Amino acid sequence: MTAIDPTAHLTAEQIEQLGRELDAIRDEVIADRGEKDAAYIRKVISAQRKLELVSRGVLLFSIFPPAWLLGTAGLSVAKIMDNMEIGHNILHGQWDWMRDPKIHSTTWEWDHVSPSEQWKHSHNELHHTYTNVIGKDNDLGYGIMRVDEDQRWHPFHLGQPLWNFLNACFFEYGIAAYDLELGKNLHKRRRKNPEFRARAKAVGRKIRKQVLKDYVIHPLLSGPSFLPTLAATFTANLVRNIWTHSVIMCGHFPEGVQVFERRSIRGETRGQWYLRQMMGSANISGSKAMHFMTGNLSHQIEHHLFPDLPSNRYAEVAVKVRALFEKYELEYVTGPLPKQVFSAWRKVFRLSLPNNKPKVKTPDREQELVAA
Amino acid sequence: MTSTALRSRAWKLLEMVTTPLLPSDYLDLVSPLRAGADLRGRIEAVHPETGDAATIVIRPGRGWRGHTAGQYMRIGVDVNGVRLWRAYSITSPTNRQDGRVTITVKAIPDGKVSNHLVRRAKPGTLIQLDQPTGDFVLPQAKPAKVLYLTAGSGITPVMGMLRDIEFDDVVMVHCAPQPQDVIFRNELHDLVADKKLRLTEVHTDTDGMLDIARLDGLVPDWAERETWACGPAGLLDAAEEHWTEFGVQERLHTERFRPSIVVAGDGGEVTFSATGKTVDADGATPLLDVGEEAGVLMPSGCRMGICFGCVTPLKSGAVRDLRTGEITEAEPGVLIQTCVSAAAGPCDIER
Repeated sequence: MTAIDPTAHLTAEQIEQLGRELDAIRDEVIADRGEKDAAYIRKVISAQRKLELVSRGVLLFSIFPPAWLLGTAGLSVAKIMDNMEIGHNILHGQWDWMRDPKIHSTTWEWDHVSPSEQWKHSHNELHHTYTNVIGKDNDLGYGIMRVDEDQRWHPFHLGQPLWNFLNACFFEYGIAAYDLELGKNLHKRRRKNPEFRARAKAVGRKIRKQVLKDYVIHPLLSGPSFLPTLAATFTANLVRNIWTHSVIMCGHFPEGVQVFERRSIRGETRGQWYLRQMMGSANISGSKAMHFMTGNLSHQIEHHLFPDLPSNRYAEVAVKVRALFEKYELEYVTGPLPKQVFSAWRKVFRLSLPNNKPKVKTPDREQELVAA
Repeated sequence: MTSTALRSRAWKLLEMVTTPLLPSDYLDLVSPLRAGADLRGRIEAVHPETGDAATIVIRPGRGWRGHTAGQYMRIGVDVNGVRLWRAYSITSPTNRQDGRVTITVKAIPDGKVSNHLVRRAKPGTLIQLDQPTGDFVLPQAKPAKVLYLTAGSGITPVMGMLRDIEFDDVVMVHCAPQPQDVIFRNELHDLVADKKLRLTEVHTDTDGMLDIARLDGLVPDWAERETWACGPAGLLDAAEEHWTEFGVQERLHTERFRPSIVVAGDGGEVTFSATGKTVDADGATPLLDVGEEAGVLMPSGCRMGICFGCVTPLKSGAVRDLRTGEITEAEPGVLIQTCVSAAAGPCDIER
């Protein structure tokens, strides 16, 4: 729904054919899912737990600077692993097929202040269904930012580079507030809604437990290293928050990603749904380690097409998906992390100011489309 | 403060340290068989018995409470990455010195778990266990005369009994297609040589299926014997009829491994209300399979209707028991066995 529709050259029949080809890719992975995949997630979980244990152990001696550095780095990585490759993906049901009650979307709880139950609703249900539909998908700027020319501008948006920076630093709290739809629910009448109150209470409980663990119990256990341990856990949370925020911004905010109007998804076919996911997501290119640390959300396009396929399979799926992008002459938005982060931030800055003519393509956008 | 209270305080503190995980999540990394852990076992050896049967030696975790001869246990095995639960009779005696237990598994055609255990299971593998259960067991008081009537893998619970307690007068009638299909054949023949057992093998490939009327010829005093029978439904049905006809049905104890499943119709839209999933189900697929297909974490057990490991509240609608065709309608407190129930119209399962 930007001025030039990058999918305009496709006929309805082609879009359905594309859908069938994507279904075939999905079926192939499902038929092949098995022991190796199960071994993979078990290995990752076990590695994460060991890393966290060791890092917390090292932090008991964080009064010594090398121990502080080592422990903080380890804990940061452990927290990123917990949230990204493990938590995000398990909560998507990617590993439910194993029928292991300890690794299942209905039982998993993550190292995050938003209870997994609430996050699953706002993320799996709303965001993944209404991807990039203005007014339906609140991930589009999290309700505090404007990320497309077609969104209405308010003076509030002048501050959005600052909001975005603060959101990055305290991202897990941002997500918790977002999952609660706090903005919408702060009105007096909604605040009293028992259903909202129950959810708010659950968030409160989770925050209390998380804060108690990170900022009271572990520092206390460290004795003379109380303050360094406190600083270490704060730093690890900060690092994890900024990292996940950056990765997630790269998924839908970089230039070249399309947004959609509410009416455009009325009566959407499976093929059209797939196409919207393809045009509404962007990838991050890089090494295996990069893919792992992003929880394979570097394969955001593949993840949005097949949110419940095991994350360790996205890399092989990506080759086939990319071939389909080429076949159907569509733009596969991808790039290295710094480039994508920069692109997303530039958009945040640009759209903090009003644009005169919504729905008309700006010259700089056209250039990017051609260049990318 | 009592030591229990103190321990529970300490545990609470430990939970605060490990939140959102539990202390056991970390302890499992180093000691999965410890006391207090979820019950698990480690496969220590796999011994072939016949061409398609093997005995699995399992070291159970510290929480294992021990079994009574004739009982079965449920085990959860990861087959190609998917955890599947099945029930198997325990074939080891209760007084085994090394604390191991054994099950003896016959690979059935298309059986995912049985084929995996017989042909692919590796020593060292961790499996999930449940405490042993089942009332197909010997009585406290020793009966004077015993008859074991078995067929195929129906010999497994009886072997647990034979190995456990010696009786003065034991007769066994066992059916198998051919001599080489008789599980534990050498051991049985050793018992016969030691005069501890009188054995009749019926080889159904050559002798034909056992006609229960032939029992008079094989074991003339069968009606005086306390009898334990285990095998296919056809044999057990015939035995029950026979024992009832002669008015000695209280002497017959049976164990059914596989329910006879009737062909059911209907089907309908099944809602798993706790997870918010809705799928269409036909009238012949167990709701357990329907749920698992949809990614719902269903409790499961033997998958044959005997262990009640899968019971789940039915909130609305109706289901049909695949064994009897009986319809169960939702009411407060109604639990259904999802492994032998199929949708009989739209229904809502609390999962």
